[in-house]
Amino acid sequence: MVHKKAGALALAAALMLSTSAFAQDKRVVTWNADYDPIPLAATEALIADFEAANPEIDVQLTNFDHEGYKNAIRNFLTADPPDLANWYAANRMRPFVEAGLFADISDVWANNGLTESLASSVLSSTIDGKQYAIPYTYYQWGIYYNRDAYAAAGVTPPGPEGVSWADFLANCEKFKAAGIDCVTTGSVAKWPVAGIFDYLSLRTNGYQFHADLAGGKISWTSPEARAVFAEFGKLQPFVTENHAAIDWQDAAAIFTQGKAAHYVMGNFAVGVFKEGGMTNDNLGFMVFPEITPGIARAEEAPTDTVHLTSGAQNPDDAKLLLAYIASAEAQTKWNAAVGQLPTNSGSTVDAADPFLSAGFASLSSATGGIAQFWDRDADAEYASLGMDGFQQFLVQPEELEAILERLEQARLRLFPQ
Amino acid sequence: MFPRPIQQSSTGAQWLYSIALPVALLLWLFPLLGVALTSLRPASDLAQGNYFGMPSGIAWENYIYIFTETPIGQYMVNSLWVTIPTVIGAVSLSLMTGFALAVYGFRANILVFFMFVAGNFVPFQILMVPVRDMTLQLGMYDTWYGLALFHIAFQTGFCTLFMRNFIKALPFELIEAARVEGVTEWRIFWYIVLPLMRPAIAALSVLVFTFIWNDFFWATVLTQGVDSQPITAGLSSLNGQWIAQWHLVSAGSILAALPPVAMFFLMQKHFIAGLTLGAVK
Amino acid sequence: MANATDTVAAAPMPRAASRWNQRKLAPWLFLAPGLFMFAVYVLWPIVQSISLSFYDWNGLYNRDGEFTGRFIGLQNYRELGTDPAFEVSLWNNLKWLVLYMLALPIGLFLSIFLNQTVRGIRLYKSLFFFPFVISQVVVGLIFAWFYAPNFGLFYLLTEWITGDGTAILADPDLVTYGIIAAGLWPQIAYVMILYLTGLNNVAPDQIEAARLDGAKGWKMLWYVVLPQLRPATFIAVIVTVIGALRSFDLVSIMTSGGPFGSSRVLSFYMYEMALGEIGLRMGYGAAIAVVLFAIMMIFISGFIWKMWRDETQR
Repeated sequence: MVHKKAGALALAAALMLSTSAFAQDKRVVTWNADYDPIPLAATEALIADFEAANPEIDVQLTNFDHEGYKNAIRNFLTADPPDLANWYAANRMRPFVEAGLFADISDVWANNGLTESLASSVLSSTIDGKQYAIPYTYYQWGIYYNRDAYAAAGVTPPGPEGVSWADFLANCEKFKAAGIDCVTTGSVAKWPVAGIFDYLSLRTNGYQFHADLAGGKISWTSPEARAVFAEFGKLQPFVTENHAAIDWQDAAAIFTQGKAAHYVMGNFAVGVFKEGGMTNDNLGFMVFPEITPGIARAEEAPTDTVHLTSGAQNPDDAKLLLAYIASAEAQTKWNAAVGQLPTNSGSTVDAADPFLSAGFASLSSATGGIAQFWDRDADAEYASLGMDGFQQFLVQPEELEAILERLEQARLRLFPQ
Repeated sequence: MFPRPIQQSSTGAQWLYSIALPVALLLWLFPLLGVALTSLRPASDLAQGNYFGMPSGIAWENYIYIFTETPIGQYMVNSLWVTIPTVIGAVSLSLMTGFALAVYGFRANILVFFMFVAGNFVPFQILMVPVRDMTLQLGMYDTWYGLALFHIAFQTGFCTLFMRNFIKALPFELIEAARVEGVTEWRIFWYIVLPLMRPAIAALSVLVFTFIWNDFFWATVLTQGVDSQPITAGLSSLNGQWIAQWHLVSAGSILAALPPVAMFFLMQKHFIAGLTLGAVK
Repeated sequence: MANATDTVAAAPMPRAASRWNQRKLAPWLFLAPGLFMFAVYVLWPIVQSISLSFYDWNGLYNRDGEFTGRFIGLQNYRELGTDPAFEVSLWNNLKWLVLYMLALPIGLFLSIFLNQTVRGIRLYKSLFFFPFVISQVVVGLIFAWFYAPNFGLFYLLTEWITGDGTAILADPDLVTYGIIAAGLWPQIAYVMILYLTGLNNVAPDQIEAARLDGAKGWKMLWYVVLPQLRPATFIAVIVTVIGALRSFDLVSIMTSGGPFGSSRVLSFYMYEMALGEIGLRMGYGAAIAVVLFAIMMIFISGFIWKMWRDETQR
């Protein structure tokens, strides 16, 4: 009897507990994102940590596939806005800011001292003096090389200080003689070519030139722009021939098989290279060689961001979460899981990963500045027209004049002088 | 009969024809056969560059893989959710419009008819932005019914053309006689015309099924996620993930092609009757 | 039944009137659902697209759900005049239109080749028709594989013949032809089935009579058979023109318009402008769609005109 009664009591208590938990209604923060599996898991861990610290808040993440998200965000921001949404900094967030769909979060920046801890990302998060984004990760670009290809062609691999541009091109001749593509890329999606162009542009004329070119302030027929294409022309004969019909992953296969020696890529490609059988022993990384002597070295490091929407139902708790995403602790953990670099200067990086360490070293010593990437620094339509031009030049270098003429017309139309 | 029956030619020519036929077919379907074979090739063959030689084994696991590791099954189910209501909707609506346009000689008749026909030919792009916007406003973006409603409306154009011509070819005396008997118009439609429409309904059903199953443009414009995207759009996004994995792309392609192919072989006569409408006087 | 006759006997006039009314009203009741759907999803959007082509709109509504477009008159159309990508698309559309017409002679040739009564010919006809039944997405993937650099059959074939493989989808001058060839495959199958049906209905007595007059081969085809195939040819031209102008799927799947936009066609460029990554230019996209619509209208009018003639002759 007693047992039974106790059991019934326990059951009743349990029922009451669970209903009270229900009745207590946690405050919900909704978040729309476009993560691949690995970053998704890292984000779920981040949310769990946040919820543990704030038990009264329930974060609900809705994940979209990467391609579909670009389309979806335009719909949900107007029709059914979540509290938070993933997107990108710099010009890519401009249309949403101008349509009033992303909310001003300058207060989150001010109250958490983010202008110091996220110093390198202030510019890209700011429009008209207000902050609209919380950057939480970025990754370096540079040149990945295959030591086996170097050995096969009998070329000495670059040391820790890299190689000069002249030596790089001279090596390309040797690779070509050995039947190896000096530089590979797959440009079906066009952006890989923009990576090469950006580096040539940053190394020839420096960061400000890159920013002004992307902003439509510089003529494509100016001597400075022509100088970039002149360097591009030197590289062109050494790039994998049919790059315009293959994807970047196809080119990664060419690279891992040793049929190509270099790949100008972002650090996210390391996973693909390793899946293709490469190890820390034969995969190398170097910063892009200096071209114009004395120009402060700038690097490409696209930043991913989270935004508060103007239609947010629960902006206060959403801002709490944003502040947490910005924190050194959260960024250290998230980026360690994903293998990228934290934007918070107080975060730490796994020293055992040579590519992360190299990237961290490269970015923290980049006195010239950090570029977002051509298609994030430039307006979307201008970016696309530019990439058409870069890709065409890499296929038909003899069409240079026509390309420059076309780009210049596009510039004059999109940026009336 | 044109050309002259081969049986009337020399044995040499007959012999030549009997060889030419399978050879021509083989060449014609060569790309398809290549893909079908690739879909059964183990991944290791492709990795070793063995694209066209003897496969080292038959890899049914490619199919198992895409069913278990990718949402392709879900995409196929989504396709059915869009296709079947569209077939039912478009055929029902066009039975009525076709009946109205074939049987009644009202003044705007020819105008309405031509409008349906012309609408059927307009480029999709001129409808794209407003239809997408409207679907969004109605909260039907990224749902099977949002997509199906558009398809029903658009297919009604083609189906009306078909139904109207079919009903026109029926003996009009039947309807006249019924009217003299005092049968109401609705009952004429339901009890006299409809039972005679079976071949037309069958032909249109298989055609609309195939058209909608194969639609890619509207699937891209009106849906976006795994939950509602049909197989064509799904295959396209999977293709983005399966770069350089042609054995998976091939297996997915074959799967996506199967239902309309099955439909075609099962209902061949109706299918061709529908397609060749108007090709003969 | 008895009841009905009673009514007729009792009140013949109202009954006749109601029947007349019924017959006047009935077609509209039958038309209503179909016409409504068609008006909402086809006719009205055409009007909306045309008016949108005079606006600059990024597809967004503001927080209050208000349209954010700006009226700019003919500016979108003026821009089309100087847009090199539009020019490329228009040219490619022309290439599609002209080369797609190859489906007619090839389809006719195939149908003549297959119009025999030997064993298994029915199966042969079905298998030749096969490519038309499968989705253009699948056709695009099949040909992308066929053309793939380094291992694609086409690449290997050209490598074997010329010593240097041609990656057709990477070559800005050839890429459109490569896609058109892929599109022709199902289109030829369609035309073939149209002609097969037509050939079935060619009057045998006329053929026999011509044969007695000594006509054969090309002459027979040109003077006796083709005139009788005119309805089939007409339909074939119409479906081929529509197929050529609707060439979205293959371009999207095989190249996404690349390399550097060389394989764009109007239908794809419009999508890119309005919804693609460049995108958010709904007004400009609408203007491209209006141009495409105008081109299509030429052919639609021709079709309607012929139908009109047939209808009134009856």
